[in-house]
Amino acid sequence: MKRVLFFLVPLAGFLVLAAFLLRGLWLNPREVPSPLIGKPAPVFEKAKLAQPTETFGSKDMAGQVWILNVWASWCTPCRVEHPLMNELATRKLVPIVGMNYKDNPDAARRWLTELGDPYLTTFIDHDGKLGIDFGVYGVPETFVIDKQGIVRYKHIGPVTPEAMQKKIVPLVQELQKS
Amino acid sequence: MRRFVAGALALAVLAAPAAAEQAQPTLNDPVVAKREVELAKQLRCLVCQNETIADSRADLAVDLRNKLREQMAAGKTDAEIITYMTDRYGDFVLYKPPMKPTTVLLWAGPFVLLALGVLIGWRAVRARARTAQPQPLSAADRERAERLLRGEADA
Repeated sequence: MKRVLFFLVPLAGFLVLAAFLLRGLWLNPREVPSPLIGKPAPVFEKAKLAQPTETFGSKDMAGQVWILNVWASWCTPCRVEHPLMNELATRKLVPIVGMNYKDNPDAARRWLTELGDPYLTTFIDHDGKLGIDFGVYGVPETFVIDKQGIVRYKHIGPVTPEAMQKKIVPLVQELQKS
Repeated sequence: MRRFVAGALALAVLAAPAAAEQAQPTLNDPVVAKREVELAKQLRCLVCQNETIADSRADLAVDLRNKLREQMAAGKTDAEIITYMTDRYGDFVLYKPPMKPTTVLLWAGPFVLLALGVLIGWRAVRARARTAQPQPLSAADRERAERLLRGEADA
């Protein structure tokens, strides 16, 4: 019996370790869970990209489910996910608001002309300070915010078709019902 | 001599703009600057994840350091500043993870493993001590040992 234990205990230890390491293989260390989920989105009031004299604020979206997409013209992965945003916009399912993060406004406007503008409005976060309040650490990032202004979901990096179909769209539909 | 002084002065004047272009320590007060570095060393840069925002040259690290200064200037305490960062970026932003129910394994794990190692080692030594009893000296060996102790040559 003792002899069996002598082999089984290290074997069990090894299996536990192997299971953790195996799980670790499928985790993306870039995806840091956001502490903002389930908490109110930061309140803001920022200049619009299209008309910098006008402002856009979180209060403009009160009472609706909306998507906040953080992007910049210098951000290559943003280009990759952009067609998905365009597609979502044509479905008229949910308003998408753009946050132009630390960008040159002229370049940003050109970017929208070139690739299409799926956004209800894009506002400018010129110095990235609002980005810090949203816990942004890499663009693109996408937030789903509910009618009460609570952050429900955050996607880090370019939205994949899979994430769009399986997470974002169902979540938006569910939140719109409540 | 006069020429040397003039030359040194000219060099100093020429060197001044070059020095001004380097990254300046933003705070002249060494105590405040030290506090800023101490805080920055505790915070992880989320872009290059194995660097602190004190070490990292990533854009975000620069922004976070500016935020740090802003908060210090606003008279926030260290704890308030750390909370400000974890509210936005989560515990991951801390280089030293906090002690929580979810991190107990992380903190206690090495000590548990050490204790386990000591226990196994101690038991192994005891088991060996039991099996390896010293053999009694034979009469011939004893005689030889005594001869050696008396300083006689070994046979």
